[in-house]
Amino acid sequence: MVNIIKIAVRNLRRYQRRTLLTSSLITLGVVSVLLFISVSGSFKNMMIGQITDSMLGHLQIHQKGYIASIDTLPLNRNLQEKQITKVEEILKGNNAIEAFSPRIKLGAMFSNYTETTNIRLNAVDPEREMRTMPELLNRIIKGEKKGLLNKGEILVPELLAKGMKVEVGNDIVLVATNKDGSVNGQSFIVRGIVEGVTGPGGRDGYIHIDDAQTLLRMEGKEVSEIAVRLKDMRQLDTVFTSLNGILEPIRNKMDKPVFEVHTWEKLTPFANIAKMIDLMTLFIKIMLVAIVLVSIMNVMVMAVYERIREIGTIAAIGTSPGKILSLFLAEGLLLGIFGTLLGIVLSLVSIAALKAAHISFNFGQQQGIILNPSITLTDIVSIALIVIAIAVLGSLQPAWKAARMDPITALRHV
Amino acid sequence: MALVEAKELKKNYIAGEITVAAIRGMNFSISPASFVSFVGPSGSGKTTLLNMIGCLESPTAGVLTVAGQDVSLMNARASAKFRGTHIGFIFQDFNLIPVLTVFENIEYPLLMVQNWPVQERKQRVDQLLAAVGMHDQGYKYPHQISGGQKQRVAVARALVTRAELVLADEPTANLDRETALHIIALMKAMRDEFGTTFIFSTHDPKIVSNAETVFTLEDGLLVASDTVGGFHG
Repeated sequence: MVNIIKIAVRNLRRYQRRTLLTSSLITLGVVSVLLFISVSGSFKNMMIGQITDSMLGHLQIHQKGYIASIDTLPLNRNLQEKQITKVEEILKGNNAIEAFSPRIKLGAMFSNYTETTNIRLNAVDPEREMRTMPELLNRIIKGEKKGLLNKGEILVPELLAKGMKVEVGNDIVLVATNKDGSVNGQSFIVRGIVEGVTGPGGRDGYIHIDDAQTLLRMEGKEVSEIAVRLKDMRQLDTVFTSLNGILEPIRNKMDKPVFEVHTWEKLTPFANIAKMIDLMTLFIKIMLVAIVLVSIMNVMVMAVYERIREIGTIAAIGTSPGKILSLFLAEGLLLGIFGTLLGIVLSLVSIAALKAAHISFNFGQQQGIILNPSITLTDIVSIALIVIAIAVLGSLQPAWKAARMDPITALRHV
Repeated sequence: MALVEAKELKKNYIAGEITVAAIRGMNFSISPASFVSFVGPSGSGKTTLLNMIGCLESPTAGVLTVAGQDVSLMNARASAKFRGTHIGFIFQDFNLIPVLTVFENIEYPLLMVQNWPVQERKQRVDQLLAAVGMHDQGYKYPHQISGGQKQRVAVARALVTRAELVLADEPTANLDRETALHIIALMKAMRDEFGTTFIFSTHDPKIVSNAETVFTLEDGLLVASDTVGGFHG
C-alpha cells in the first residue's frame, strides 16, 4: 500500500498545475461549506439559545388543549394543584432536568393613567424562572436586573413601554378578567424594560406569580404551563420521549388525556427557520459533493487517458488489475485528502478571523448581534469524510477503466 | 523440454463482418536459453505471435505451451500472474515509468508484481544495474538518460524477476546502430549469464544476423526455420 501511495504521489507531482487546480477547487468547496456551517450554525444556535434560554425553555408542559387555544390565553385550561404536584414529582425524578418554572400566562389591560392598551403577561416565580431561563436577565435593557422582580413590580416589554411612554419607576395599573368573568385591577411599579425576542411570548411582560393569583382571584394554586430546562440540550429527544411516555397516558375522570408535552421546536416558528438553515446546509453540501465529484472525475479521466501506454506497460509486466485500480484510486484519495486538509486549515483560520473581526448584524428587533462563528469537530470530520469518500468515488470509474484496459490496445495507443 | 511450444496455433481477428486470419496454423518449439528472432514483412503475424507467447492475447485455436503451462485458456488475472512470474518484456519505445527512477523502474516488478522482501529486492536490482552497466545511474529518472540507457534499463527490468523468457518487440528500432549493437550484445550476455530465452520480433538485420534461430513468417504462416548462431558485431 505504501508503494501504491508513493507512486500516486509521484504521479500527482508530475502534473503539478493540474493537481493544484483540482485541490484548490476541493479546498474552495470545503472552505465554503465549513464557513457556511459555522456562520449559519452560529446564527441558529444564537437564536435557539435566546429563545430557549430566555423565553420558552427546552420543553413545556400544559394541560391538554392549551397550546391549540394559546392565542386567547385561556385561564380555564390551567393545570390545577394536583396536576402541578404530579408533574413536579416527575420532573424532580428526572436527572436530565436542570430546572423548571411554573407560569401563569394572562392577558390584561395596561394603563398608565392616561392611556390604556392590551398586554400579555407571564407571571413567574422569579427564582425558579431565573434558573430555568438564565438569559432572561440579559433581556432587561433598563432597570434593576438583580433578582428579576419582586411582588408589586412589572417588567414591561420594550415596544409597549415606548408606545405608552412608560419609564422605570412609573406606576401603572393592570386590569384583568378572571376565569369567572369578573374584573380586577392592581397597580404595579415598572421595575424594568424587557427586550423583545422573536416568536410567540417574545413581547410579553413579566409579573410575580403571587400577584397574578391575586389579580385573577385564584383560590388555589394553578398555572398555565411549566417550562423545563435540560442540563444538556442534546438530550431533548430522550427527555421528551420519557416525559411524554409518562404524562401522555394519564387520563382524567372522563378518560381524556390530561397533559401535553411540547419541545421548543413545536412552540416557535423559528424552528422552521432552523430547519431551513439545515436544508440550505444540506444543499451546500450537495453542491460540494458535485464540485468534488466533477473535478476529481475530470482530472482522473485525463490522467487515465494520458497514461494509457503506461497502463499497458505495467499490465504487460504482470501488474494485477486490482493494483492498477488501486494506483488510480490512491491518486483520487490523495487529491481529496490534500484538498480537504488545506480546506480545513483555511476554514479554521477564516473562522478565527471572523471572530476576531467582531462582525455584527441585526435580526428583527435584535440590533448589533455579534457574529460568533464556530465549528464542531463532528462537522469537520463529517465534511472531511464526505469529500474524501466522494474523491475516491469520483476516481472509481476512471480507475476501473484503467484496470480493465486490454494491455495490447493500451500498448498500441499513440 | 521446450520452453515454448505451439501446435496448430491459429489466431483470427474479427473486423466487422470480416474474419482476418493473422496466424493460420503454426507449429514450432523453442528451447530454453535460446536467442530467437521472428522475422517477416509487416502483417506477417510477428507481433500477434509474440503477444500470444506473452499471454497478452489468446489463440483462436491450437495449443500454446509456455514454461510447461498451456496458456491458451488463461483468464486476464491468471495471465497477468503468469507474465509477472515467467515473462519479461522489452518494448520498442522502452516504456519506462517516467515517475520512477532507473532503480525503481527495475525494482517495479519485484515490488508491485512479486512482492520481494526489501533487502533481496535491493540486492537483485543492484545486480541487474551492474549487469547492464548502469550501476551509477540508478537515481536518475528516465528523462535524464539516453535512449540506449533506457533500453538497458528495460532489459534489466525484463530480467529482474528471473523470467525464463524475455519477449522483445523491435527492441532496437529507436536506437542508432552502435547502441543497437550494444543492446544486442547485452541481451546475449544476459542470456549467457542468466540462461534466459530471448525472442524478438524484428525487421532489424542486426538482430536477425545475431539470432541463433530465425523463424520466418509470411502471411500468418511459418515458412522457414533456420538455426544460424553467432554474434556479429
